[in-house]
Amino acid sequence: MTDLMSYDDAMAAFDPAMGLEVHVELNTATKMFCGCPTEFGAEPNTQTCPTCLGLPGSLPVVNGKAIESAMRIGLALNCEIAEWCRFARKNYFYPDMPKNFQTSQYDEPIAFDGYLDVEVDGEIFRVDIERAHMEEDTGKSLHVGGSTGRIQGADYSLVDYNRAGIPLIEIVTRPIMGAGEKAPAVAKAYVATLRDLLLGLDVSDVRMEQGSMRCDVNLSLSPKGAGTLGTRTETKNVNSLRSVERAARYEVSRQAALLAAGGSILQETRHWHEDTGVTTAGREKSDADDYRYFPEPDLVPVAPSREWVAELKAGLPEPLRDKRARLQGDWGFTDLEMRDVVASDAVGLIEETIAAGSSPQAARKWWVAELTRRANEDGVELTELPITPEQVARIQALVDEGAINDKLARQVFDGVLAGEGEPDAVVAARGLAVVSDDGALGEAIDRAIAANPDVADKIREGKVAAAGALIGAVMKDMRGQADAGRVRELVLEKLS
Amino acid sequence: MPEITRDEVAHLATLARIDLSDAELDHLAPQLSVILESVASITGVAGDDVPPTSHAIPLTNVFRDDVVTPSLTAEQALAMAPASEQQRFLVPRILGDEQ
Amino acid sequence: MAADLASGATTSVALTRAHLDRISAVDGAVHALLHVDAEGALAQAAASDARRAAGSPASGLDGVPIAVKDVLATEGLPTTCGSKILEGWVPPYDATVAARLRAAGLPILGKTNMDEFAMGSSTEHSAYGPTHNPWDLDRIPGGSGGGSAAAVAAFEAPLAIGTDTGGSIRQPGAVTGTVGVKPTYGGVSRYGLVAMANSLDQAGPVTRTVLDSALLHEVIGGYDPMDSTSIDEPLGALADAARQGAAGDMTGVRIGVITELGGEGYQAGVQQRFDEAVALLVKAGAEVVEVSCPSFVHALAAYYLIMPSEASSNLARFDAMRYGLRVVPDGDPSAEDVMRASRDAGFGDEVKRRIILGTYALSSGYYDAYYGQAQKVRTLISRDFEAAFAQADVLVSPTAPTTAFKIGAKLDDPVAMYLNDVATIPANLAGIPGLSLPAGLAPEDGLPVGFQVLAPALADDRLYRVGAALEALLENEWGGALLDRAPALEEATA
Ligand SMILES: [Mg+2]
Ligand SMILES: [Zn+2]
Repeated sequence: MTDLMSYDDAMAAFDPAMGLEVHVELNTATKMFCGCPTEFGAEPNTQTCPTCLGLPGSLPVVNGKAIESAMRIGLALNCEIAEWCRFARKNYFYPDMPKNFQTSQYDEPIAFDGYLDVEVDGEIFRVDIERAHMEEDTGKSLHVGGSTGRIQGADYSLVDYNRAGIPLIEIVTRPIMGAGEKAPAVAKAYVATLRDLLLGLDVSDVRMEQGSMRCDVNLSLSPKGAGTLGTRTETKNVNSLRSVERAARYEVSRQAALLAAGGSILQETRHWHEDTGVTTAGREKSDADDYRYFPEPDLVPVAPSREWVAELKAGLPEPLRDKRARLQGDWGFTDLEMRDVVASDAVGLIEETIAAGSSPQAARKWWVAELTRRANEDGVELTELPITPEQVARIQALVDEGAINDKLARQVFDGVLAGEGEPDAVVAARGLAVVSDDGALGEAIDRAIAANPDVADKIREGKVAAAGALIGAVMKDMRGQADAGRVRELVLEKLS
Repeated sequence: MPEITRDEVAHLATLARIDLSDAELDHLAPQLSVILESVASITGVAGDDVPPTSHAIPLTNVFRDDVVTPSLTAEQALAMAPASEQQRFLVPRILGDEQ
Repeated sequence: MAADLASGATTSVALTRAHLDRISAVDGAVHALLHVDAEGALAQAAASDARRAAGSPASGLDGVPIAVKDVLATEGLPTTCGSKILEGWVPPYDATVAARLRAAGLPILGKTNMDEFAMGSSTEHSAYGPTHNPWDLDRIPGGSGGGSAAAVAAFEAPLAIGTDTGGSIRQPGAVTGTVGVKPTYGGVSRYGLVAMANSLDQAGPVTRTVLDSALLHEVIGGYDPMDSTSIDEPLGALADAARQGAAGDMTGVRIGVITELGGEGYQAGVQQRFDEAVALLVKAGAEVVEVSCPSFVHALAAYYLIMPSEASSNLARFDAMRYGLRVVPDGDPSAEDVMRASRDAGFGDEVKRRIILGTYALSSGYYDAYYGQAQKVRTLISRDFEAAFAQADVLVSPTAPTTAFKIGAKLDDPVAMYLNDVATIPANLAGIPGLSLPAGLAPEDGLPVGFQVLAPALADDRLYRVGAALEALLENEWGGALLDRAPALEEATA
């Protein structure tokens, strides 16, 4: 069992430094170096050609749209755009990499020296971007045999090259220092902000659960106040926003325990396990990692003109922080409300819910209060909950129409999240409509009067305020489905 | 003078994924040393003022439009595979980490 | 031949069949071809005849059969690159050169032998056995495109395609008495050319006459969007330049003789035939200047670092996972074990040597001293060429330092083998075009000598003008083509 130090104790003794490497699949129609389609979920090996299969004699040709997307990402991250840069070959053998080298960028990235400001608890942290470079994705392996379906212990593997050659942008931060105990939260906020920025640019689907955005978390600790960089680990497979924070906290606790016990950190790759919430050791970095980079001779240099760069810069969407300020004004949220919305990662969802007809406050109430709690309980991202902004808007519309009340609405959420269909179907199937039928209500009122004769007498005596107790009893009897307004009218009518 | 040892050749063969026999290693190491000696004259020929040439004919910005072209069928893609299963390339068990 | 087809004196089917018969008769001795596609070639020939009968030939060479070096992908035809690791590989696509040949109506007779993955200067490094020089079957036909040159020299094919990374079209041309051209880098698409050294490789014509090369060059050359290094500019009027040159007038043409490519290290008879050819050009009105290219002494070293470096990376894809030979060792082998065993069994000695050398030159700690330096030497060589072309329209040298040597003579001495390319390599490093044509037979051994013409990038037409002029002048001296003097192979075979 791995020794762990409590997070608070670890933070009392050490300063963390974090670096994030995020791989983003672009949403171009074709691959980086060939005209094969990039659509997700196609039949295996139906989106390949001589080039992306690495057949002898085939040659790459750069997708101009991918270059444009890379530059727009760089510009949105406040980066410099290279005046001249090349692709390089990163040489290593792996069965899902058709050429046994990855065409990537090495010491000449297309974008470099930028930053992204992220907000945590109302505080702005500036994350420095070292580089954003272009490369290509690998194929995907299915591991057959063994008990786990994982690579270890498998008898053999089956490779599908549909994904091989899909354009990737790798965005690498400089070490994030000085965030102290908030470092894991900053990391999560960085990935969330980056995702929103990429969505705004419309350059990627950024679906972490489909692998179109993948994150590696590098983390090291140094003694508190030392201002040095310790030995880092590189945790791979961190593929959800929650995991970014959890994996970082786990590595803090693990490394702190090791260091406190007089041990040292191994520079290694580690793997994050979403299910168990731990990292395990992978490959140790060694001098066998000699990638023998050299300029790709089959491709010519990329030298974007300054005019092109200026044109792309002018066409960038509104910066994220400006947009948030604008939305807060439009929606009339207080600073505190907006902070909760951002912390819940609900800005985009609320925007869409409002677009589907809901009021801002209602949209905020459901996403931030109700659904965030459910996402946390289920251990998933808010965006991963199986409910759409349109469905949330429809549920609120049902409330507004008086067909259901807030209490019933929660049951409609239960139904939609359980996969019982659209809100109206859930209402119908569960019989959740508010009862305002006088017959049914009358019977319940009669039962309530019979059970509470003294209360009834008080009302008859003119103490109208006592009606609340009877209404409560009726509502309880009707399991919340009664129209409370009508119940009050009927009670007063009967006892006057 | 560049001298390439038997151990270095063995390491390079590992990097290059070639299973060289002992006899091949014995044979190759001295041959490579001779070849390296014959090319060693190149070190120091050109100074920092000489830019390297990676492409003899200087071209830049050769791009393709983002337009789908026909792919091979899975049958064509797999036709020359040493082994396949479930419309995928069958490869022996993979050592090391998930990539 | 094209003229006979045009006039109706012969048909493509007749021509193709005649060459297939010739292959049957002599290729047992020459071994120029690895794969013969009689059925396919005859079908293409019949289609060509039909086009001609309908009055719509696809090109000037429609119907003239051709042999293609086995390093170019041909859809439906085996493509082995002379290697065991690709035995039986049939590509699902055509190289652009192959596609252009088909589109122009040239029936493909088959695929020619070569040094494994084009690594060699003698075609002895083919996994399928060596090709023999038609002038003397005990000698090498040059390499790596020895099969293409020998096929043309032995009249097994009127035309062939070769590829030239360090001289693999020109040097075989020189030692077999044929014409070979390495076009400007980027002038002929590399799409489908199985790469040895991507920044140096270039496909080109192998023929009996300079005009044939120009005509073939026009068919295969020109911009191809599938090759990012392809030049999007017109090729120039190559065949016209050859026709103009054949008139033999060299007045006003400045010819630079490269000091560093001649003299010491060059066989006396080779140097003699070269000097005589230069004298003929002078007699025809050319002006001759001596030019010095001091960086050429480092060309061989730069080449033998760049080429194996690029090759080591290119050949990594042959890993037994997707295609090619798979050797499964005993026990419970991992993918890695299978890769290592397959690559050991599938690659020959020379390929392994170069992969190891390239892996070394690229590895961290050595990159700057080797690969980085070699790239700088490329710059120096280009500058030398630039200075030389300021003084001369074309540059000339012997193509190879010696005539064909005996099979087996240099097999155990890689460095001596590499010296064969000393005169051809600079053009590859600088990306400029070069042509080799026969300059006669060396007096001491009676074997063909090659004369090399080099021109600035994109001035391929100058090669054809000067080459055709010299060819006309020499044939006038000899009273016919050099190949007419080659020994009759039927007797050797019989
Ligand atoms: Mg990367
Ligand atoms: Zn493709």
